[in-house]
Amino acid sequence: MINNFVGNLGHLMTIVAFVSAIVTAYAYYNYFKANELEKAGWRRFSRISFAVHGISATLIAFSLFEIIYNHRFEYFYAYSHSSKALPVHYMISSFWEGQEGAFILWIFWNVVLGAILIRVNKVWEAPVMIVFALVQAFLVSMILGVVIGDLKIGSSPFILLRDATQAPIFQMNPDFVPEDGTGLNPLLQNIWMVIHPPTLFLGYASTLVPFAFLMGGLVTKRYSEWIRPALPWAIFSAMILGMGIIMGAYWAYVTLNFGGYWNWDPVENAVYVPWLIMVAAIHTMITFKKSATALKTSIVLVILSFILVLYATFLVRSGVLGDSSVHSFTDLGLSGQLLIYMLFFAVIAIFLSARAWKHIPTSDKEASVYSREFWIFIGATTLGLMAFQVILPTSIPVWNAIVEGFGGISNMAPPADQIEFYTKFQLWFAVVLALLTAVGQFFWWQKIDAKALKDALVTPYIISVLISAGIIVLTKVYDWQYIIVVLAGTFTITANSVILFRLLRKATFKLAGGSLAHIGLGMVLIGIMFSSGYSDVISINMSGLTYSNSWEDELNKEHVLLWINKPTQMKDYTVIYRGRKKKVVGIPEYVPAKLLESTDNVNEAIALADYKDYFKKGDMVNLVLEENDYFNVEYYQNETLKFSLNPMSQFNEGMGGLISSPDSKIYFDEDLYTYVAAMNDHSDPDWKEDEIYEAAPGDQFHVADFVTYFDGAEVLKEIDGYVLQEGDVAVKAKLRILDYDVEKLLEPTFIIRNNQVGKIPVIDSELGLKISLENILPEDNKFVFKVNQYQKDYVVMKAIVKPYINVLWVGTIIMLIGFSVAIFRRFDEFKKMRDKGLEV
Amino acid sequence: MKKGHIIGLGIIAIAIVIIMTSIGDASSYESFTTALEMKKDGDDKPIHVVGHLKKDTAGEVVGLNVREDKVSFTFMLIDNEGIEQEVFYNEPVPADFTRSESVVVIGAYRNEEIFIADKILMKCPSKYQETEVQAAGM
Repeated sequence: MINNFVGNLGHLMTIVAFVSAIVTAYAYYNYFKANELEKAGWRRFSRISFAVHGISATLIAFSLFEIIYNHRFEYFYAYSHSSKALPVHYMISSFWEGQEGAFILWIFWNVVLGAILIRVNKVWEAPVMIVFALVQAFLVSMILGVVIGDLKIGSSPFILLRDATQAPIFQMNPDFVPEDGTGLNPLLQNIWMVIHPPTLFLGYASTLVPFAFLMGGLVTKRYSEWIRPALPWAIFSAMILGMGIIMGAYWAYVTLNFGGYWNWDPVENAVYVPWLIMVAAIHTMITFKKSATALKTSIVLVILSFILVLYATFLVRSGVLGDSSVHSFTDLGLSGQLLIYMLFFAVIAIFLSARAWKHIPTSDKEASVYSREFWIFIGATTLGLMAFQVILPTSIPVWNAIVEGFGGISNMAPPADQIEFYTKFQLWFAVVLALLTAVGQFFWWQKIDAKALKDALVTPYIISVLISAGIIVLTKVYDWQYIIVVLAGTFTITANSVILFRLLRKATFKLAGGSLAHIGLGMVLIGIMFSSGYSDVISINMSGLTYSNSWEDELNKEHVLLWINKPTQMKDYTVIYRGRKKKVVGIPEYVPAKLLESTDNVNEAIALADYKDYFKKGDMVNLVLEENDYFNVEYYQNETLKFSLNPMSQFNEGMGGLISSPDSKIYFDEDLYTYVAAMNDHSDPDWKEDEIYEAAPGDQFHVADFVTYFDGAEVLKEIDGYVLQEGDVAVKAKLRILDYDVEKLLEPTFIIRNNQVGKIPVIDSELGLKISLENILPEDNKFVFKVNQYQKDYVVMKAIVKPYINVLWVGTIIMLIGFSVAIFRRFDEFKKMRDKGLEV
Repeated sequence: MKKGHIIGLGIIAIAIVIIMTSIGDASSYESFTTALEMKKDGDDKPIHVVGHLKKDTAGEVVGLNVREDKVSFTFMLIDNEGIEQEVFYNEPVPADFTRSESVVVIGAYRNEEIFIADKILMKCPSKYQETEVQAAGM
């Protein structure tokens, strides 16, 4: 039964939200222009209009979630992004897996931010909210799904499956509803993917706030006053964007197989660049508040950060990246709309600032080398250059598209080794930044001249050289580049710590934001240097094979092939692959997959044998995501089991094959990161030709390469799944097969009924064996076995040691705390001024 | 000259360096023919070649040769000009490799016989374009 109501509600609310956004913009414009008498009336009307917009936006989100939550697979969105097996928290991820859901999320955050601004700001409401309402109109238009002639505006998430596809089934039965959806991309089935997109989109949304204040300031000719209300929001935005980036990096580290946390993929770069610019903007805005310089730079940077977010959205969602990104974003036909959205605000911002440019106050005096303004300016410039260096090559596909748009041919491709390409610039820029923060902080808190500076810096300098020397010797950092990174990192940590202690002694914690964030930066730098620079593949060149080609012998093979149960030496460890496991609801450990047989129901299996105290043979158990296989690998040192890791892999028809996630052993000082790159497919084995063995009870012989004991046979009274009748004879042979330290009991069965012979073979997919009891020769006391071989189970795995990666994670947390302290302080400043009635 | 000018010049100089390196380090899309010419000219810079896997009439991928230790393999790629080339990839076979519609190899010729891919990008039949809806459970 097709439920049209929810979809219609969602679609209707989209239209309401779109119209109310435009009405809100118009109403706030009138409020802005109105004279004192009419102002109250327009304000009331504007706010009501925005409330209508907010409510309808919330209802859009509600409708879409209702469709996913109630498994309404008649809708394309639910069908293609969710499935019945998904737990509720992953349904939330399904919500924003599709681009439409992501836009809804963005719209929703803007509504929240707009509502807060209306409450908090008294005099800025009208101009700021005009910008907000216009942005909302553009965003809602992305999910409008209106077709006028050939013009398609937006892509609605509320279309029915039968309208989205031309599947023949709908011609036969238009009311057909699929039983299940195609599921959520397993890579997104991770707790970080539940919270990373909302964080990132809050970051995206929040770049609008400083931009809106700036636009308000330019229009109302309050060229410098916008900074105070905008500053806490700019810091908020940088913090949330930074948090979103880190969460994304962490997600990539724990779920993707590329062996790290950052890949310089266009999608990553597209967020990194606006973040850099926003951080630069914060610094120039703070400088302006202190000394009335850098206003123009702040204006440029705030505009740039907002436009770059739109550019990022365009890059990622227009399909222009095509081949150059591993992220599969499909073109929903929104590129034109996204381009108009970006250009609209770019043109308005440039026009307004150009008009106001000569009225914007500047400071004539040249900044002295011994002034904080000078150093902050250099820092902001460095950040700007960093952003430029990343955005330029990332835009190569755009460049190709432009050239081809004008009929030319451009075959430029992004750099082949992106990591090496970006690192060689970003690393040195980051070193410069680290040094600047150390020096800059001293200028910040006191007037200083050459001598005073030398005095102030000499202690932290000596301390940091000593600490660096310790780090370099203890951790064997002998590469000159990395030595410089360690020096710069420790220098910024020590210098900022000195400042931090001074501040804490003299003043309050409120002022500590800057030093904390900079200490975090130093740690991030050192953490990245160790975990990436000294990342060590320990599963290297393990096979001992030589190749027929000389060139192939020169290449390092970075993976290891592990046959089941066979111990393999890998650096300091002996590793043994032990087979596939499953996650079962209510059981704290992984359960061997061979003990479970799935039923027709989703995520349900029947137990084939007892397992510890957890379940008995014949019990029904519930699986956590039945497609997930965990490949259990044990790590031994000195013959003792140290730990075992279970990298995951999932066979997902809908997503086109296998998708794997790593598993890591986390130590205080390093991570051992492993993932499965290839595995045996034993779902449809290609059995080799028959091998016949004859054996008497008590015999020992070899089946394939396995030592096999025939322990004897047993006459059965009953057999699972068969009803034995009078006169039936059933015999079970007991074969004991040794595979390294594992002993397996395989019991093929032989039944005689009315002179007919029935055979029940046993299949062991781990050993890749099928054995049946073919015949019994009582006169010779021999049993005849037929054996078919396939392939022993195996995995191909990669293992990497990542030293001191925790320094990176701790550094990012300290940096985020620093940002939070700064937000608190700046908002407090704004509030005090506002409550004194000094907000202008 | 004022300090501001020196800084300005410095910024411009760095920006130019960045632009030049970006152009210099940018890779390019080539065919196997032009890639081989580059190799013969002594240019070992990694380039991109877009193509598809060689398939027999039944649509099965042919020419896939996985090494005994399963950690590397070679395959036959046909570029957009129809030139066929054996490509070596020093990684296990990616899971959805044989299903891919088009394959981008990033790398260079090692000698005139073999192209070594440092990286492979695959375009797989996207589930968004799926027009077949499984009729299961009807």
